[in-house]
Amino acid sequence: MHPFVYAAPSTVKEAVEILTKHGDKARPMAGGTDLLVQIRGGRFDLDMVVDIKKIPELTSVTNNNDGLVIGSAVACHQLYEDDDISKNYPGLIDAATLIGGIQIQSRSGFGGNLCNATPSADGIGPLIVHSTVANIQGESGTRSIPVEEFCTGPGRNALGKGEMLVSLSIPNKGKGFGAAYERFIPRNEMDIAVAAVASSILVGSNGKISEARIALASVGPTPIFAKKASDFLIGKEANEASFKEAAAIAKSECSPIEDMRGTIEQRQHLVEVITLRTLNKSLERIEG
Amino acid sequence: MSIQKIHVKTTINGRPEEFLTDPYVSLLDALREIVGLTGSKEGCLDGNCGACTVSINGKIVDSCLVLAAEVDGQNLETVEGMATADGLHPLQQAFLEEAALQCGICTPGFLVAAKGLLDNEPDPSEERIRHWLAGNLCRCTGYENIIKAVKKVAENS
Repeated sequence: MHPFVYAAPSTVKEAVEILTKHGDKARPMAGGTDLLVQIRGGRFDLDMVVDIKKIPELTSVTNNNDGLVIGSAVACHQLYEDDDISKNYPGLIDAATLIGGIQIQSRSGFGGNLCNATPSADGIGPLIVHSTVANIQGESGTRSIPVEEFCTGPGRNALGKGEMLVSLSIPNKGKGFGAAYERFIPRNEMDIAVAAVASSILVGSNGKISEARIALASVGPTPIFAKKASDFLIGKEANEASFKEAAAIAKSECSPIEDMRGTIEQRQHLVEVITLRTLNKSLERIEG
Repeated sequence: MSIQKIHVKTTINGRPEEFLTDPYVSLLDALREIVGLTGSKEGCLDGNCGACTVSINGKIVDSCLVLAAEVDGQNLETVEGMATADGLHPLQQAFLEEAALQCGICTPGFLVAAKGLLDNEPDPSEERIRHWLAGNLCRCTGYENIIKAVKKVAENS
């Protein structure tokens, strides 16, 4: 690999100072499963890699009745090995158990997945449908933004110079909430989505949907929050007929390209099919 | 830019180990070229093939995607730690009996990964074994004999 210095600060403040000082020449490393591949491939010319895993708050998970706070360097396995988190955050767990293989899940997590901002990221759609807020720290202080505003283009994110993602806050929607994530890949494991959809619904005791969120991956320059399809579901009965209509709307909200993985038409079709499937699965999980 | 080497103190296969490494060296390269443990293999260098699988604090990882500098204070296990003075590890024996290898490049990774599964889940289903080993590629065997070997150890344990 191209020579770089390894820094392992023990506080966020220290990490922010290093990142501010070095600008584009430094990059934070969480699991490193993307970063080290990118460095080998020559995508970055770095003087310094900042390992953020020695900062205790970034590798810890706080889970209580209000919600979940995931440090930005928490690895996938830390989530799916916890029964309570698995029960309350099913969309996240769908993604955590299919990002890479077990070796990758030992290291990679939602923070790095989000910051890498790839259009096909398995973790971002589930974060969106779980109404996640990204907590950011920089030299001038902290700020929080909805996760659907975090990705600004392929591989680009909303972080300014010296800023870093500290944690992800995810509300616990409680009873009546269901979520699911599915992707289409030609293999059974270890592949990049041709198209993928995450869905969530919150259903009241009257059987009507009070909240809904649908997010699409691999069908646009960033993961897409399908707002029209999501809004359509509010106030509707939670059933297949409503889901079918929402799926058709979601199809109209994607803007895929044609590449070696799939055609535009195939991807649009997949969005409709997987939206319906994930909405049905979300409902099954509520009823189950 | 002059870059200082990093002093790493770690435990490998139960033995304390110290080495000096450049900060931009992967754990895989440090194991093979500095520590002299060449069992872990380099395959794809991007997290697909699992030939470099080792365990850190009981979790299997691709050592090509870990910096050597990161493992200071950690507990590592590699394929070299599997056989003992008493003989081969049951997984190694089963791989031989079931012809679960041909060229052998992927084998250390499969062994360490499979051990990572059986250490925590002694009786996994075939589906679970296949899912667990999805991060390891083999170009020779077609996987069937590898799955058979792992199942055999699980059933005999």
